Amino acid sequence: MGQQIINGLFLGSIYALFALGYTLVFGVLDLLNLAHAAVFMLASFVAHSLVGGAHLRLWLALPLAMIFAGLLGVVLERVAFRPLRGRADSNVSGLISSLAVATVFQALALQVWGPNVSRFPVGTVPERPIAFLGGVISSLQILIIGIALGLFVALAVLVRRTRLGRQMRAVAESPRAARIVGVNVDRVIVASFFISSALGGAAGVLFSLAFNAIQPDMGRSVELKGLAVIIVGGMGSMVGAVVAGFALGLVEVLVVAHLGGSWRDAVSFGALFLILVLRPRGLLGAASLREG
Amino acid sequence: MRLPARFAVVVLSLWLSAGRARAADTVVKIGAALSMTGPAAVYGASQKAGVQAALDEVNKGGRLKGVRLEAVFEDDASTKEQGIAVYQRFINKDKVATIIGPTLSNTATAADPLAQAAKVPVVAVSNTAPKGITDIGDYIWRVSLTEGQVIPGALKRLQNKLHFKKAAVLYGNDDAFTHAGFVVMKAALEASGTEIAGTQTFAKPDRDYNAQLTALKALAPDILLVSALADNAAGIVTQARQLGWNVPIMGGNGFNSPALVKNAGPAAEGVYVGTAWNKVNADAANQAFLKLMKERHVDPDQFCAQAYTGVLVIAEAIKLSGSQGGRDDIRAGFAKIKALATPLGRFSFLPNRDGDHEPALQWVKDGKFQIVP
Repeated sequence: MGQQIINGLFLGSIYALFALGYTLVFGVLDLLNLAHAAVFMLASFVAHSLVGGAHLRLWLALPLAMIFAGLLGVVLERVAFRPLRGRADSNVSGLISSLAVATVFQALALQVWGPNVSRFPVGTVPERPIAFLGGVISSLQILIIGIALGLFVALAVLVRRTRLGRQMRAVAESPRAARIVGVNVDRVIVASFFISSALGGAAGVLFSLAFNAIQPDMGRSVELKGLAVIIVGGMGSMVGAVVAGFALGLVEVLVVAHLGGSWRDAVSFGALFLILVLRPRGLLGAASLREG
Repeated sequence: MRLPARFAVVVLSLWLSAGRARAADTVVKIGAALSMTGPAAVYGASQKAGVQAALDEVNKGGRLKGVRLEAVFEDDASTKEQGIAVYQRFINKDKVATIIGPTLSNTATAADPLAQAAKVPVVAVSNTAPKGITDIGDYIWRVSLTEGQVIPGALKRLQNKLHFKKAAVLYGNDDAFTHAGFVVMKAALEASGTEIAGTQTFAKPDRDYNAQLTALKALAPDILLVSALADNAAGIVTQARQLGWNVPIMGGNGFNSPALVKNAGPAAEGVYVGTAWNKVNADAANQAFLKLMKERHVDPDQFCAQAYTGVLVIAEAIKLSGSQGGRDDIRAGFAKIKALATPLGRFSFLPNRDGDHEPALQWVKDGKFQIVP
């Protein structure tokens, strides 16, 4: 049991981190960025090339991959979202154009790195097993959960305490009102995309470290889960995304342990459905970015 | 380009192409539908190398008088849809005499019926699902031993060595091949009187198997049997060892790839797998194959040896049917093959068109597959 809880928390921390970036853009812009999973994937490849090809240490490769992912987010905003902003149907067309960018990113990865599974060199991170809660947790898992928690806190501080965070909350409330009081809305949106994609990239690097399998289609295993997490968490709610991410990780693991692997997705998406019926706005419906 | 120059180019190219084909040779076209992309891409590259080596060997070695083998390679993308599209091209556009492939049993179940309907003989070189391949019809033949042939033999050898009494099984339940492997494992365990303490499943896109492994570990089995493709296999083995679980692991045919050793690294050490190909077999045909692949700078695995054998089997069938090379000639030739010397050993077809030769047990030792002594 102890081991399964460790497994669930570990998986949940990655889901939460991925969903956090997803929900950030949604909270600020009311837009679903379907290329988030492609950024997740490209960042893992870049980190892999930095560690495996350029022989950088992981503590250097991770922030570099995050910056790369953030810049991808800026490109994404420029190409897929900005040209459509202000149109009456920009929500739907943005959804589709982000899907198009995701496809381009995947094709790019296929060209550059090929279809085979890439892996971090053995020993990139020390994998010492440590006895804990009646189970085994590896130093890698502790590191991953630690980095994820660190990023949650950093984002919370950024949104609540800094000037940029205040501006982001203002834009989330009403872009027009924000503009009237002198906020540079375009810059805030670009910043949101940068941060969101950097978080998605971090999730990708941690995911690929954890399961050591980097492939152009690896985004698929988190794409729908991430969507489920932000819906359950309450669209745009950051605390909700974190809570729902951990909850999904734990539910999945417990379902596999007690009912079998075939039931995993049926039960998790069934739970998603149930939560939507009972609480249409998600677990933490009152969005924390948009107060009121 | 001016007219006389263009004329000269045409004449030159006609002369060149005539020179290459040698007017007397009948060209027999083989369609090779192999997975160059998708989850089975790790096998496809190795198979392609085997087919190419065998073609050169047959064409240069003078096994066939007046017949030249030529291959058309297409990527089946590890999917049924692409497999069907490739078969249609082979059958109707390229007009191949016979088809090698497709890489996955899953793809074969969808594509092979097209060849059967068009009466084009197929040689499966890596399909190992016991049912649903050669059952499709009398034009579908198979070189690769089924899981049903390899696993029971290998499991028995392993039991004699480890004396296990209680087993746990983990398998992919969304793929024809890995599911078929599971069915065979279960039957083989039951036949040997081994208790099956627990069974868990996963799906191909999964990357996290910790939950399944933890649940199985709690049952304290003496051995873990895994039916998975190489991509998943590497993750499963790695995560089992990360959980501090040092139980002996035996895999199905999907484990049979250098990709397992490469991707799982030290975690792959000691993993057992049944194999159709005994790499250290001292037979002349196997030694010749190893030498040939070394010259070509290819590190051969079972899939390479089987694909190579597939071409040898086709060449033998053409020879036995009077070097005609038509679709029905080749099919008639298959039935006549008896104890053909191949890297896999002495090869014949069973009455149900499945292949027949001796399987072996190997394990990963010092980063390589080695036959278990």
